[in-house]
Amino acid sequence: MSETLSINDLHVSVEGKEILRGVNLELRRGETHALMGPNGSGKSTLGFAIMGHPNYEVTSGRITLDGEDLLAMEPHERARAGLFMAFQRPMSIPGVKMADFLRHAVSNVRNPERKEGEDLLPMREFRKELRSKMEQLRMDPEFARRYVNDGFSGGEMKRAEILQLAMLRPKFAVLDETDSGLDVDAVRLASQSIAEIGGREMGILIITHHDKLLEHNPPDVTHVMLGGRIVESGGAELAAELHKSGYDRIRAAHPEAAAAEERLAQEEREAAEQFVS
Amino acid sequence: MSSVTAQGGFTSESFAAFLRGRDEPDWALDQRRRAWEHAESLPLPSTADEEWRRTDLRRFHLNRFELPGESDPSPAEPDALLTHGVQLAGRTWAHNSHPLEASLSQKWRDRGVLLTSLDAAIKEHADLVRPHLWRAFDREYDKFAALHAACWSGGTVLYVPAGVEMDEPIHMLSSLGEGGVDLHHTLVILEESAEATVLGETSGDAGAGLHLGGIELLVGPQARLRYVNLQNWGQQVWHFAHQKALVDRDARLQWTIGALGSKLAKVNQHVALTGEHAQAQVNGVMFTEGRQHINYHTHQHHQVPNTTSDLLYKGALQDDSRVVWRGMIKVDPAAQKTSGYQRDDNLILSDRARADSIPGLEIEADDVICTHGATAGRVDDELIFYCRTRGLTRNEAVRTVVAGFFQKVFDRITIESVREALGEAIGRRIREFH
Ligand SMILES: Nc1ncnc2c1ncn2[C@@H]1O[C@H](COP(=O)(O)OP(=O)(O)O)[C@@H](O)[C@H]1O
Ligand SMILES: [Mg+2]
Repeated sequence: MSETLSINDLHVSVEGKEILRGVNLELRRGETHALMGPNGSGKSTLGFAIMGHPNYEVTSGRITLDGEDLLAMEPHERARAGLFMAFQRPMSIPGVKMADFLRHAVSNVRNPERKEGEDLLPMREFRKELRSKMEQLRMDPEFARRYVNDGFSGGEMKRAEILQLAMLRPKFAVLDETDSGLDVDAVRLASQSIAEIGGREMGILIITHHDKLLEHNPPDVTHVMLGGRIVESGGAELAAELHKSGYDRIRAAHPEAAAAEERLAQEEREAAEQFVS
Repeated sequence: MSSVTAQGGFTSESFAAFLRGRDEPDWALDQRRRAWEHAESLPLPSTADEEWRRTDLRRFHLNRFELPGESDPSPAEPDALLTHGVQLAGRTWAHNSHPLEASLSQKWRDRGVLLTSLDAAIKEHADLVRPHLWRAFDREYDKFAALHAACWSGGTVLYVPAGVEMDEPIHMLSSLGEGGVDLHHTLVILEESAEATVLGETSGDAGAGLHLGGIELLVGPQARLRYVNLQNWGQQVWHFAHQKALVDRDARLQWTIGALGSKLAKVNQHVALTGEHAQAQVNGVMFTEGRQHINYHTHQHHQVPNTTSDLLYKGALQDDSRVVWRGMIKVDPAAQKTSGYQRDDNLILSDRARADSIPGLEIEADDVICTHGATAGRVDDELIFYCRTRGLTRNEAVRTVVAGFFQKVFDRITIESVREALGEAIGRRIREFH
């Protein structure tokens, strides 16, 4: 059986507000899927729900990895089971060097039974691997000695996420707008890198607004999310169309989801106003 | 060593008995008597005193403790944290205010370095010690200072002659047993162009105890001193200390404190820059838990032109613990071209812990650069989640974030064994995070 990340009728609420309203998605290892959709449609929410963010409450539905219930697992157990997400907005960890952080992370993910305090990967072996991965990604070796995302530019953070992806070698990865904040050349490099390291090894869900990141990772399936639902799925040509023409056709074709989107956006505006006043 | 059991708290009778057992020169006994009289005239501090506003002593009862009497015949030597992998020049150990050991390798004795108990030194090296003793200690500051000056016992002197550069550290250990009192007085004298590294640490078991301590660091012209004091008492110890350094012309002091232990600690840490181009760097690492209460008053006193002081304290607080820091940079009218910096950052690991940071400047010269800052923040849940998505357990994530928080102050601590000991001690203490 090929390995599968399977999402069934997933409903997710944040602070009591329903964001995802029945998402279905099946991603097999070796496949690349694109997930597109306007801002606020729930793409990142899906990523957080897959990774087990405690504020994203799954009110119904299932997420399974090869039939195993992911929802019963803690975030670190999901990571050790082979899940990864490159964050849209990565967090910085002042005072913690990228190399030290990654050594810890990689030790845990490769040895899922590892208990706190047990040996980490041998330093030399780890360093060698890190150095070669950084070379492959054309990253300055200095990167490893910097504190995780601390003082990084937006582009550097995204590249650091790709480095983590390369080192952790998950079975399934969600890449949440890994192209935003990168210039054209950097996106091309990122696209290439993802293809090289992810290639046909991983199942990748690429969340993006553009088609550039997909250049070297042509999606087997493109999904469009609107108002907390996947309203259409198609091939690579769907991604190209959305990139070119935007979401007007989608909204017109799916009035119920468009209304849900409008409702969420309205609530958001009201909340913002309340915050201001 | 002669000793007489002194019973019944800190009373005139027990003090008289204590003096009878000391067998000290008259000048020293006179000093003690004067300090005792002063102590008797002072009340214990109360929350009505500005310095003690946040630190309540109502549950502290001085007379539940007693003056040092007979020595515990053979206390077990505690595990020192700061000496792992370190080649020492010498070491001292005192237990319950009794000096038990002072040794210094021949190499340094040959060069005129003196390392001995202060108790012995006031008898055997009075000419050397007497002119310096109390130069950096205000015996009238408060009741605890006066009591310390009257009753000190189990002290240590390090004297490094001019031009002697010690490249191996000295370790000074004070330990407390159940119900014990530590009245340690540390006197470090570096003559011109001397150099030394002193690793001081305290250690105690789970029992109640009392520390009434004093530290004097006299850093002569062009001298270099790295001084570490790690306060690692058990959590039932009351800790009251007055600590001061005088840093002379072109001298450099790096003073690192670690505050891990005690039930309640009130420390006055004072650095006076007394000669031009003197520099002092002060590093503080604190980790508190349970109901610990730690109160540090720091004072950076610039007395002459062209001096530099740079203080960085970082504390992490767990459970119901509380840390108070009040910092003062004081610049005298003559002290032009002063550069002064102070910063206190706290990381709060529970909803019930609390940190108060009160920086202060008192500047009487006009051509100076003085800056201060203070932060207190909780561990960011989003950051913890981020770490967890990389396979770290919640606990590992918190440890990672806390280690990162301290890194900036660890980067300044140039002694590896100290960084490691502090890092490990903190790592051990961090518990499941809620
Ligand atoms: N942590 C959060 N707290 C409050 N609202 C949130 C949170 N995360 C997402 N939302 C809301 O959920 C909706 C979908 O957001 P998101 O998943 O970030 O969309 P996308 O990634 O598609 O732009 C938005 O209305 C957003 O405001
Ligand atoms: Mg998003």
